[in-house]
Amino acid sequence: MTSIPILREREGQIYQKGREPFKMSCGKHSLAGSVSQRACVFCGSRVVLYPIADALHLIHGPIGCAAYTWDIRGALSSGPTLHRYSFSTDLREKDVIFGGEKKLYSALCQLIDAHQPKAAFVYSTCIVGIIGDDVEAVCKKVAKEKGIPVLPVHSEGFKGTKKDGYQAACDALFKLVGEGPTEAVSPCSINILGEFNIGGEAWMIRDYYKRMGVEVVSVMTGDGRVDDVRRSHGAALNVVQCSGAMTFLAEMMKERFGTPYIRVSYFGLEDQSKALYDVAAHFSDHPEIMAKTREIVREEISAVYPELQRIKPDLEGKRAAIYVGGAFKAFSLIKALRYLGMDVVLAGSQTGNEADYEMLRDMCDDGTVILDDANPLELSKYIIEKKADLFIGGVKERPIAFKMGIGFCDHNHERKIPLAGYEGMLNFAREVHATVTSPVWKFAPKAVIS
Amino acid sequence: MFSEEKTEEYTATKNACKLCTPLGASLVFKGIQGAVPLLHGSQGCSTYIRRYLISHFKEPIDIACSNFAEDTAIFGGGANLRIALENILLQYAPEMVGIATTCLSETIGDDVPMFIREFKEMHRGEEMPPLVHISTPSYQGTHMQGFHGAVRATVEALATDQGADDRKANDQKANEKTRVNLFPGMLSPEDLRHLREILTDFGLGFTLLPDYSETLDGPLWTEYQRIPAGGTTVDAIGRTGSAAGSLEFGRVLAAEKNTAGKFLEKEFGVKCHSLGLPIGIGETDRFFKTLEFITGMPTPPRYAEARGRLTDALVDGHKYVSRVKAAVFGEEDLVVGIVSFLSEIGVIPVLCASGGRSGHMVGKIAEIIPDYENKGIRILEDADFVDIEAAAEEVKPDLFIGNSKGYTSARRLNAPLIRIGFPVHDRINGGRLLHVGYAGAQRLFDRIANTVIGKRQDDSSWGYTYM
Ligand code: SF4
Ligand code: SF4
Repeated sequence: MTSIPILREREGQIYQKGREPFKMSCGKHSLAGSVSQRACVFCGSRVVLYPIADALHLIHGPIGCAAYTWDIRGALSSGPTLHRYSFSTDLREKDVIFGGEKKLYSALCQLIDAHQPKAAFVYSTCIVGIIGDDVEAVCKKVAKEKGIPVLPVHSEGFKGTKKDGYQAACDALFKLVGEGPTEAVSPCSINILGEFNIGGEAWMIRDYYKRMGVEVVSVMTGDGRVDDVRRSHGAALNVVQCSGAMTFLAEMMKERFGTPYIRVSYFGLEDQSKALYDVAAHFSDHPEIMAKTREIVREEISAVYPELQRIKPDLEGKRAAIYVGGAFKAFSLIKALRYLGMDVVLAGSQTGNEADYEMLRDMCDDGTVILDDANPLELSKYIIEKKADLFIGGVKERPIAFKMGIGFCDHNHERKIPLAGYEGMLNFAREVHATVTSPVWKFAPKAVIS
Repeated sequence: MFSEEKTEEYTATKNACKLCTPLGASLVFKGIQGAVPLLHGSQGCSTYIRRYLISHFKEPIDIACSNFAEDTAIFGGGANLRIALENILLQYAPEMVGIATTCLSETIGDDVPMFIREFKEMHRGEEMPPLVHISTPSYQGTHMQGFHGAVRATVEALATDQGADDRKANDQKANEKTRVNLFPGMLSPEDLRHLREILTDFGLGFTLLPDYSETLDGPLWTEYQRIPAGGTTVDAIGRTGSAAGSLEFGRVLAAEKNTAGKFLEKEFGVKCHSLGLPIGIGETDRFFKTLEFITGMPTPPRYAEARGRLTDALVDGHKYVSRVKAAVFGEEDLVVGIVSFLSEIGVIPVLCASGGRSGHMVGKIAEIIPDYENKGIRILEDADFVDIEAAAEEVKPDLFIGNSKGYTSARRLNAPLIRIGFPVHDRINGGRLLHVGYAGAQRLFDRIANTVIGKRQDDSSWGYTYM
């Protein structure tokens, strides 16, 4: 096979476990001309805030950013569905020349009148930063006139990476935190952070905690409501899933309100159970919570266990490649795949930091390829070399896997089925099983690897 | 600070029925052999555009980006463009790079043609693929402007009349098959394959631009194709200046002054035949007539046969679709094409809508249905899906015909959606939908008639089976 040249500037972002020295040069801006799988600051903000269903989300800029993110997430709401619209100021040439403030102002006013949202988020995209609209001032004015919070989200795409978008979203959310009443909040209460209710995941997780006797004040932002965010400072503990997205908010809440936080993951039986036990441990002066937790974990695992056992033999020894947004998700996936008897041959993320990659190195077997901010050429090269049977990633990775004739599992914000929690693990196993054991691969020509 | 007067004139776009300019340009570049699209701007745009195209075509789509950072936005994108080009040349070894700007690089006023000149200067003496540039600020148009603009820019950059001189000088070349240019517009890979078949059956040589019928609808690979095989060759584009004629599809496009076909006519005297998208019988007839005119050959019998079967099917099914009300939406030329077909089979396009804003769509529909107002037909330009749904609530269509983006509206109004055009991202056959030619009309008719029949069947308490 013809070898695909790896760009020299990218060499520091590719590592094979076992080779020395290990020094991932991550956290860099993507290299110009390399086809990065990354998105932008705006993308990060939109992902985090998207599920707040009773807020207005208005994207200030030309049409693209809004059009491409219309109803793109799998985040479900149990009530209002305002989040599933795609509102844009759709800037035209004259707005770019004369400024878009007027348009923003009236678009905001009209939308608020029409939809009566609890709050409004205004996302600035790239050119807004250039034409110099005073988005802050417009938001302030509208907030005063309409009597709802109107929050600017500084998400100009070029001003950093997706992570900066998380930060911008957290900054906007933080303006709501502390504004609502907390008298009724139980001392055994938590907020769930970084859980976006993809396919109803937040509902499942909320339910576990409720059954444990722990009150969930807010989920940020899955099935989100503005009023819940406003009273979230009343919770005794923040439970943060996934390193990337909402640790910023947890930090800010810790500083301002003294709310402690722990980090968890809801993917895989092991991590999901730990996520419940860790919360129970936090409320150790209520031992009944731990007792109840043990019961729930036992119950939930025994409900999915037989089916998982049936699936496992077919997956034994199959090889998986993982390329996801945040590194934390990769950790959980490695554990979940191991539980299913599979080997991980490639693990990478778009936004991992040094500590994340060290952790990945420690978790992975010898020979595993670890990648930061990879592109299709690198991903395809290594999935062939490592003879992967399965690729786990997002929509942009899917056709790479399929073209190369291997199975694929979607694991991103766009999927529509829950993969978190116990039930989610079963969905995950079923999806992996369905794709890896499909008879269609026998029609796929296989590369001859010398 | 801004003034408050006349605020009511500005409304938000809610659920756009259009996409942004560089998407159209990227798609064109994906239809050129060995070409890599490069978006000059920040990373998000190219990733979003890739993601969007992937969900329709279900193929890997590599689009490079020059990756602006904060300092790039301040100091200009020259250095980033240079690095991007170098990396692309190294990693992709392209036969062409298609460079489209995003809103950001347009707004800061990057002089891309100058950057390209400087780049070529720096690499003087080295072999360099053509670097084709098109300016695509989205605040000036939609994905269709980007699409047609990229076709035109590519032709402008590459076309010569070299072939014509060669032909005169070289007797052997004089025997070369008659060659035509076909600028098909934004059709599906299946459409493009069908058009290639038709031109081949007429014994023509041709340049079909763009042609992503293979690059975006190909077989499995054993190794990653940096640039998928297929597409119009740079060479063939070079010869567009010496073709026997150009055919350019799109009634709305025909109203534009500046198109690839018109450029070739003006610069090289290649006659431009502006036609509607060949959707339905009348427009397909016109297409075949033009081919007969250019080649002096009659239409090959298989097409006459297909036309015969089609008219037979229209008669068999006419009562089921007659006076059925349809809401049609999507890019302007596709809407006009579908309207033309619907008006042939007795379906009333009660609502015709597009997010496009060329200003030509109403006039083009009026050419097809002059009394459209009397028929209660509503036409919306520069519309979004909230506008479309509101209008649909009034005119109560029996079915929707358009892309997947109409699904939520169709669902709310309990009318079936017949998916055509782009994007089709909630079904798996986006690339394999056939719209054009007699065969395309046949498939569209079957789908429309069967959808109506199926709906009536499902809605009836009897669940009848015979016709
Ligand atoms: S900035 Fe312009 S090019 Fe980029 S996504 Fe938005 S509309 Fe499209
Ligand atoms: S990079 Fe800028 S313009 Fe492009 S999608 Fe992101 S915010 Fe929008």
